[in-house]
Amino acid sequence: MKRPLLFTTGTLTLAGLAFVLANSLPGCRPTTTQTVVTGDAASKVYVKPGTHDEFYNLVSGGFSGQLAVYGLPSGRLLREVPVFSVDPESGYGYSEESKGMLMTSHGFIPWDDSHHPEMSQTNGVPDGKWCFINGNNTPRIALIDLGTFRTHSIIEIPNSAGNHSSPFTTGNSEYVVAGTRFSVPMGEEAQRDVPISSYKETFKGTVSFIHPEPETGRMSIAFQIVTPAVDFDLSHAGKGPSEGWFFFSCYNTEQAYSLLEVNASQRDKDFIMAVNWKMAEQLAKEGKGKRVAGKHYSNWWNDKTHSSETTVIDDVLQLDPKEHPGLLYFMPCPKSPHGCDVDPTGKYIVGSGKLAALIPVFSFEKMQKAIAANEVEGDFAGIPVLKYESVLHGEVKKPGLGPLHTEFDANGNAYTSFFVSSEIVKWNVEKLEVVDRVPTYYSIGHLCVPGGDSKQPWGKYVIAYNKITKDRYLPTGPELTQSAQLYSIDGDKMELLLDFPTTGEPHYAQAIPADLVKPREVKFFKIEENQHPYVAKGEKESRVERKGNEVHVWMTSIRSHFAPDNIEGIKLGDEVYFHVTNLEQDWDVPHGFAIKGAANAELLIMPGETQTLKWVPTRVGVWPMYCTDFCSALHQEMQGYVRVSPANSTVPLKGETVSVDAGV
Amino acid sequence: MSTSTKRIAIAMMALSLMAACGGGSDASSAGPPGAPTLEKESAGGGEGSKAKLLTEADVTLGDIDAGMAEKGKTTYDVKCQACHSMGENRVVGPGWKGVTTRRKPEWIMNMIVNTDAMLAEDPEAQRQLEQCLVRMPNQNLSMEEARQVLEFMRTL
Repeated sequence: MKRPLLFTTGTLTLAGLAFVLANSLPGCRPTTTQTVVTGDAASKVYVKPGTHDEFYNLVSGGFSGQLAVYGLPSGRLLREVPVFSVDPESGYGYSEESKGMLMTSHGFIPWDDSHHPEMSQTNGVPDGKWCFINGNNTPRIALIDLGTFRTHSIIEIPNSAGNHSSPFTTGNSEYVVAGTRFSVPMGEEAQRDVPISSYKETFKGTVSFIHPEPETGRMSIAFQIVTPAVDFDLSHAGKGPSEGWFFFSCYNTEQAYSLLEVNASQRDKDFIMAVNWKMAEQLAKEGKGKRVAGKHYSNWWNDKTHSSETTVIDDVLQLDPKEHPGLLYFMPCPKSPHGCDVDPTGKYIVGSGKLAALIPVFSFEKMQKAIAANEVEGDFAGIPVLKYESVLHGEVKKPGLGPLHTEFDANGNAYTSFFVSSEIVKWNVEKLEVVDRVPTYYSIGHLCVPGGDSKQPWGKYVIAYNKITKDRYLPTGPELTQSAQLYSIDGDKMELLLDFPTTGEPHYAQAIPADLVKPREVKFFKIEENQHPYVAKGEKESRVERKGNEVHVWMTSIRSHFAPDNIEGIKLGDEVYFHVTNLEQDWDVPHGFAIKGAANAELLIMPGETQTLKWVPTRVGVWPMYCTDFCSALHQEMQGYVRVSPANSTVPLKGETVSVDAGV
Repeated sequence: MSTSTKRIAIAMMALSLMAACGGGSDASSAGPPGAPTLEKESAGGGEGSKAKLLTEADVTLGDIDAGMAEKGKTTYDVKCQACHSMGENRVVGPGWKGVTTRRKPEWIMNMIVNTDAMLAEDPEAQRQLEQCLVRMPNQNLSMEEARQVLEFMRTL
């Protein structure tokens, strides 16, 4: 769009001045909520009512444990997908079928901390099929099916603690990785019961390679590489020339186990760890690893039975790099690196030392030469450390304070977030020169460019995910909303277009053209294909049966009634299972189900699906049940009664729907 | 609003006027202010409202085919029976007894397979909605299944 030159120049001068001022002040944080937003920003994010956004933005919920879905450029919240945390709105983790998704070797774990969404890829490009996300606290990786926007698979990661440098993918999603943040003692029980002060001797790190089955999305751990004890932070797969390698940032090479804030910030350089995963794959195939104790659960959602299936595995295949020279190398990287990002060409690896005042860029080609020429400066716990100068493409000097994470556009530019100086800095990867910078409000963590960590960035926007909003929104008590900020990167200068609030902590995100996802959408589940053991395919099959003190209700719902909706013969001491089948066969017609006194949540049943609510009545009486999801003009009529009698009652068990036309 | 912000707002207004009157600008700025750049996106929902309705020539009836009717009954039990009785009385929707004498075959077929279009366009379907007040769900029957259901209706 044409814009008068005078205005553009004026704006840039003002913005530039503001930046210089902000950065020359101690604290480095812009202190005003008002920024100069250029004239047509509103029209660039306006999506006309009834029209769709151009991109899906999949944003982690951080400590909400979920994944939120926004449209871009509008920033409209479309859905919150329950992943690692129970969700009373949908019944996820409350329905009998979905509880298994949250089972682990520690039992039922109803919460986690979800950090990094990563889209599945085909030929190095996000394909819109799946989104992976990591659970940090009780180490897990989840796979979300983008046809249903539901959690389809969750695998627990053994011998891991604080599953942070995860779940980044190889170019054809052969593997997603899971790197441990905390090193821990592992193996059999006696090996795990050790003094914390024995860290250097007994603690180990691991990086796991998880294989999702292309057809089903079921996940299994192909192999796990044991590493020296450090903290792993982030990772990315190589691509193009570096295909077959994986890179992990690690800090705490001081091997501290207390007051890490100080003790893990001593060394000038930590490491980027380079893993030859093709070699590891080959070693695993040849049976070179050994199976080590590591009980873990793999849970999978079956779209035909509408139920979770759990597999328990007792051990894991481990590879020890000390036995396999060439599998692992360390590259020195200043200083406590966070981001570990590979540019679209696959030639360069960008380390973002969060305590450093420069950005080192490593060259894959130089790394290969250094390995061939054995240019090592020593070893770290038996793993060769390559010489910094030998593997370095170059450094971006004084780019800002606290570089965290970098993504890329298709034109050779990198965009790095700076937490301490609250800004995004654009720089040229080949020339290592800063070309632009914009402030963020405030304290940006990760950022996202559509396709920005893949072979083929779509570009157009960079989105900042901020940790603090302070004064930018209407206040809501002690806790304020967190936020994202959308910037245009089409022009030479980045341009702030929009702030939008987010749910939970927007830790990291991915964005993908909507056209790659929309054709996959499942509109309803075919009732003919429903294999749930308690499905009622039509009202004719609705009924009530007793098995000891269990009462099973085969219930149907359709606009706008349940069958049966009058149930008698329940006795105190009974456990009642409502298996509700939604008979609708059209898009966007879920029915809900709730009953008074239920100690869990509602059910939200998609068309063609069966879900089960367990209800244990505690008092004699007649109890109401109703549909919770507004379904038609007669939604408020979609209700029924359950009669509960004393334990010694002889009221016969029956369930019926009494129709004016019942005789026919 | 602070004075400085006001100035910026005024400057922006002036600019948008200039842009609107500028002439000779590229086509992308020609739309109304605030128009999105996503015209290629189709509006979601409302699918089926442009569906081509079946006509008399599309549905032919012969002698009642018992095999077809039986298949129709199977579909009825799963997808229709919750709302339609086999008698004359209305449950949610009308009872089916005698429906094939009250309605033309293509009208019935259209209600089954082009539900949303019928509720949007057909006066008889709309009149029925006024009585029932629950939009008939599109149960996504195939044309073949719908025809079998019609055959089943003829036996009632």
